[in-house]
Parts: sequence; structure tokens; C-alpha cells
Amino acid sequence: MIDFASLLANGIAALVGPSAIFFALLAIGLNVHFGYCGLLNFGQIGFALVGGYGMGIAVLNFGLPLWAGVLVGIVAGVVLALLLGIPTLRLRADYLAIVTIAAAEILRLITRSTSMTDFSGGTQGLTGYGGSFRQLSPFDNGRFYDFYGVRFLGQDLWAICVGWAVVGLSLILVFLLVRSPWGRVLKAIREDEDAVRALGKNVFSYKMQALVLGGVFGAVGGIVFALTTQSLTPDFYSPPQTFFAYAALIIGGAGRVFGPVIGSMIFWFVLSITDNFLRQATAGSNPLISFIDNQDVGAIRFVLVGVALAVLMAFRPQGIFGKRSEVLLDAR
Amino acid sequence: MRPARPEESGFTRPVACLLRALLGAVIVALIAIAALLGLAVPALATQQPPHGTSSQPAPPEQPGLPVSGTLRNVDGTLLAGVRVQALDASGRQVAATTSNTSGRWELTVPTEGEYTFRIDRQSLPPGVTVLQGEVVRDVAPGTLSLVVFRFGAQRAGLQTSASATVLRVLVDGIRFGLVIGITGVGLSLIFGTTGLTNFAHGELVTIGAVLAWTLNVAFGLQLIWATLLAIVAGAALGAATDLAIWRPMRRRRAGLIAQLVISIGLALALRYLVLIYFGGRSESFADYTNQVERNYGFISITDKDLATIVISLAVLLGVALLLQRTRIGKAMRAVADNRDLAASSGINVERVVLFVWMLAGALAALGGVLFGLSELGGTVQYEMGFSLLLLMFAGVILGGLGTAYGALLGCLVVGVLVQVSAQVIPVDLKYLGGLAVLIVILVIRPQGLLGSRARIG
Repeated sequence: MIDFASLLANGIAALVGPSAIFFALLAIGLNVHFGYCGLLNFGQIGFALVGGYGMGIAVLNFGLPLWAGVLVGIVAGVVLALLLGIPTLRLRADYLAIVTIAAAEILRLITRSTSMTDFSGGTQGLTGYGGSFRQLSPFDNGRFYDFYGVRFLGQDLWAICVGWAVVGLSLILVFLLVRSPWGRVLKAIREDEDAVRALGKNVFSYKMQALVLGGVFGAVGGIVFALTTQSLTPDFYSPPQTFFAYAALIIGGAGRVFGPVIGSMIFWFVLSITDNFLRQATAGSNPLISFIDNQDVGAIRFVLVGVALAVLMAFRPQGIFGKRSEVLLDAR
Repeated sequence: MRPARPEESGFTRPVACLLRALLGAVIVALIAIAALLGLAVPALATQQPPHGTSSQPAPPEQPGLPVSGTLRNVDGTLLAGVRVQALDASGRQVAATTSNTSGRWELTVPTEGEYTFRIDRQSLPPGVTVLQGEVVRDVAPGTLSLVVFRFGAQRAGLQTSASATVLRVLVDGIRFGLVIGITGVGLSLIFGTTGLTNFAHGELVTIGAVLAWTLNVAFGLQLIWATLLAIVAGAALGAATDLAIWRPMRRRRAGLIAQLVISIGLALALRYLVLIYFGGRSESFADYTNQVERNYGFISITDKDLATIVISLAVLLGVALLLQRTRIGKAMRAVADNRDLAASSGINVERVVLFVWMLAGALAALGGVLFGLSELGGTVQYEMGFSLLLLMFAGVILGGLGTAYGALLGCLVVGVLVQVSAQVIPVDLKYLGGLAVLIVILVIRPQGLLGSRARIG
């Protein structure tokens, strides 16, 4: 009744697929924010939104080439980080949390507003900005490539290769940065802000740099994902996505260079397998699990993520690879 | 919590001031752009040709088709002696009639097709204004053709004076602000007594409204009784979350950030459990759905909106009395002010916190019903709590996080701001003003209107 081979194949496809890449990049950004510097950014999806939409709008409305659009998207992420950081980085951690989640929601409401249809496409979103990205593909875009039963369409395979290359470069950058003196100051701010200030460091400036860097990773994630899907829809950029990224980060281990990437892969592997299992188990005339409606499976995914996030944070905040003493748990 | 640091390192003071001014200017500019775009687009949209004329060849011989309706003014009175005309596609009058004493009119159009039905404004009784006096209707045989004209003053239209519009927007804003306040006070008290920023507070609101809806629609209970039961259930839910989750977390000395992330996980799980149970659509309450506005001389308001204002004011007054006069209220303020001192002077802090959670849960449930009834047009939806949560945060931070009266004041301001901004910017962006104030207040006065500097660290 349950097709375990397809479960596994889909799970492996999710393990390396576009969603895992997207959330790995979001979580790498959150790792710089939360894992290393102790900043609570709950609007990471807003950074992805300005990245993706910045690129899309620059290409479609201003006729820029795609590479310039990518730059616009990254700059948009920097600007958003500066705007959010200036009022909040001097205050307690939860103020940043509230302001970032509100800002992400503001951005989603603006992009989906019918009054912005000519500019951002409204609820329809944007398409047709990334054709030149697919033209660069060395694969046959319309063909399926088969890897021991795990199948990818050529255009997706190209996006996946580019995506993992970006993830790799990001990891190298983070690895080098956190081992530098700059990274040590960041970790010191997470542990004791006043001590760092007493040593004459400009805490606000370091926090701002961390916020900008993590925000840029979020924006790059948005750009990569928008190039993969070739479409931007505003309601994809809803607040729960940030919490998915947090779940991925905490599973892997905050404050570890590879934590977010491993976490994101595990997250999507498990999510894909439970999702497919539930879909198969609740489908058909005589389902294996009868008390769950087939249409509710999508919502169950969110419930599971929510419970997992709460339970992990309560009992194992360091995730798989982290150190408990290095996870910021108390507010200041 | 750390003592206040009046001046941070970082930028030197003039630079910081400049940056703040710049940021303020950017935000104002953004809102202005949004407003301009919003005004420009509808203006373009009205340029369309009025009505598509579908000129089907009419069948040769056909008896006339009846079309009817009832003329009812906004205050509920039936309008007699009003002339109603039917015009065909070329604008020629094909039939006309006059409404009888019960406001009913009926006329016959010769063939099927598209007709414009129009009210003769000359025949209206004095003082009656028409909101929609022309209706285009495709008349087909075999269906009951009902035409509804709408009366009353248009919101922010040309018929009403500016002062009436201002008054209406203000009352709308106060009503919305009071609803935000009812829910926000609980959020602020929880923060004040435990330090927890409860992201799951919106879900308490949604669950309260959904419970009342279930009792009202599925069990046929009158909405007032359903709401009372939902309030009791809300208090129980608040107590349950405290006993099951937050008290153990405090006992384990879990950090506030860990608790904050847990509340987010809880919010996510609860919201989508509600979605599974309730579905993604807006569902309407069984009572108080189609109310007309009653005119009180200086303002026209529906009964449910008036009831919302009165109930909110009464409840908030009750909360204020509770905080000022009762033992438990004083204990709540004492714990919020200094937890350790309160504990050492013999107050059972855990009991007080439990009571705060019950109060917050009850207020959230009531706020959920009132929010659905007055703001969402008598409907309930699974995401209503989350959209309210961000406005609650805006109001609570504007007033001063952790203060009860500040929260109330801030929520009122946010409510008025949302309704005022809806006059200027597109309606689907109207919560934007409320959220923008959140950022602006943090730039200008982070401790909020009534907050103390020491809380913000």
C-alpha cells in the first residue's frame, strides 16, 4: 500500500532539492544572527523577499540585465538590514524579533497589494525575469536526469548545482569570518555584551555588521530560489517560513558552521518523507489512516514543525552538532 | 534586566540623531508612495466603459419577465412612493413603477437581456440619500429577478460632510483600538509578570473566536452565551498553557529566548490545528450578521459596533478596577514591578502568574469574538489572531511593554491610526500604518509612551 521506494526517492530529492538549498541559505543567515551574535531575527523571509523581488523588479520594470538584478537584490537586503537595525539593535533582543516579523509582514502585504499590481505583480506575482539564467544551463532543460531512481528535470538540476555552489561559498565565507578576530568579537557579544563594550569595542556597529551579513545570506537565498522556480509569489514569503528556517538551524545546531546546512537537509528529508507517507496513507477509498483528511496533510506539516521547534528548544536547544553552552537562551 | 544606559557607544550623538531623522523620512516617504499608488490606480480603473452591452437577438414572442425588489433605507424604514425605472441597453425606458407602502415595487420587462434599473431621485422622500441608485441586471426567464438598491451616505463620499467623516473614522478607530486593547492588555501583563513575549497570544484570540463560532453555529447557542462559554474556555486554556508549559519552563530556569522560540512553535502548531479543524475559509456567525446602521443624530452606527465599544469599555474599566482595588490586582502589579521583592513580601508569585494567564486567556477569547464581529464583518478565520498579534505588539510597544494602561493607550492609538490610514492608502494595506508606528516609536521613544526606561535594556 505504501510505496517505500518512492518515499525514499522523494526524500532524497528533497534532501538536496531547491527547498533544502533555500532554507540552508536562510538558516546560514540566521546562524550569523542568532547562532553567533545572539540577534533574534524573525523576519528572515522578508530578506528573501527583498532579494527575490529586488531582482525581479529590477529586471522586469527597469530592464536591467540579470546580473545587475542580482546585485540589486543583494543591495536591497543590505538596505533592509540597516533600516531594521538602526532602531532596534540598542534595545532588548525581543524588540528586534517583533520589528523584524512586522517588517516581513509589511513587505508581504505591500508586494501582494492590488494597488502595486503594475509594480510587483500583486497577488499574481512576477514571472519571466530569469530566462537568461536557464539559457546558461549546460543541461538539457526539458530532459529528466536519473540518479539511481532520483529524478531531476534538467532546468532544476542546473538550479540545484548553482544553489549548492552558492551554499558552499557562503559556508567558506562564514567559516573564515567566525575564525577571524571579527568572529570572536561576535561570539563575545553573544556571551556578554557589556564585557565587550568594556574592552572598547563598538557593539552596535558589530551587531549591525552581523545583521547585514546574515540579511545578505537571506537575500541571496531569495534570489537563488526565485531563479529556481522562475516565479515570485508574495504569499510564499509568509512568516512561518522564517520559523521553518529556525527549525532547520536548531536541528543542525546554532553556532556551528555546518549546522544550518545539515539541519536544512535533515529537515526537508524528514518533512518530505512524513508528508509523502501521510499523503499515501490517507489517500484512496480505504486509507491506512482514516482519521486524517487527505487535504489536511499540508497543514499537519506546519503543526509538526511547530511542535518540533518547541520541543527541540525545550529539551535540546543545541540540536545535533551544537554546544549547549554556546546557544543563546536568555534575553538581555 | 539591565539598568538603563542613557547613551550607548556606537554612533556619536549627532550622527545617531541624523540617522533617526533619515529613517523617519524614509518611512514617511514609503507611506506617501504607497498612498499615491493607491490613489492613482483606482482613478485609472474608473475609466472603463460603463457596462458591456450584450445585444442578443431577442426571441420574437415572449411574455414579459417580472423584476421586483424592496426599498429599505439604512435606518430600516421602508420607502413608499419612489419611482423605479427600467432602461434597456440603448437607454430607452421600457417600464416604470412606483413602490407601495411596504416599500415593494414590481415591474415587467418585455424580453430577456440586460437592463439598467434606476431610482428616480426626484421621487425620494426628503433626507434619504442613495448609495447605489443604478443596478445593471441580466434578466433571464425562469429565475427570480431581485434588484437591490442601496441607500445611505457613502463612506468618505461626497455626500457627507468632512466632519461627519472624521467622526465616523474616529469612532471606527476607537472601536478597533478597544478590541486590540482588550487582547493587548493580557499580552502586556504576561510580559510584565514573566518577561515572556508570547507569540502564541494571537492563537488564544483565534481559538476563542472559533470556539464561540462552533457553539454558535454548530450547537445553535445564542452568540452571547456562546461568547461567555468561550471566555471561560479561554481562561481555562490560558491556565492550561501556563501549568503545562510555562510553569515547568520557569522551574527549569529556561531562558527567555528559549521560551520565546517555544511560544512561536506553539503558535505555529496551534494555528494549523485550528486550520485543520476550521478550514481556510471565513465563516460567519449565526447572529448579528445583517445589521443596518442606526442614526443617533451625530453618528450612525450598527448595534454590534456600539455593543463592541460599550462591552470593551466596561471590560477594560473592570480590568483597571481589578488592578487598582483588589488584592490579586495589586499583587499582579507588584510582581510586574519587582518579582523578587514581591516574592519576599509573601506574594505567591506562581499563583499570581497563573491568574494573569487566566485573565489574558479570557480577554483574548472575548477580544477574538469582538474582533470577528465588528472588524471582520461578523466572520471568523484561522489567521485572524496572527494579523491582530502584530497590531497588539505595535500597540503594546507604543504604550510601553509591560504596562497595563500604556498598552491600552497604545492600542487605541494604533486602532485609530489603522482606520485613518484606510482613508488614504488602499484598504488591503491598512494594517501597514499600525505596523509602521511600531518602527517609528522604537526610533523616537523606545520605552513607549508610558513605559519606564529601565525595561528596555
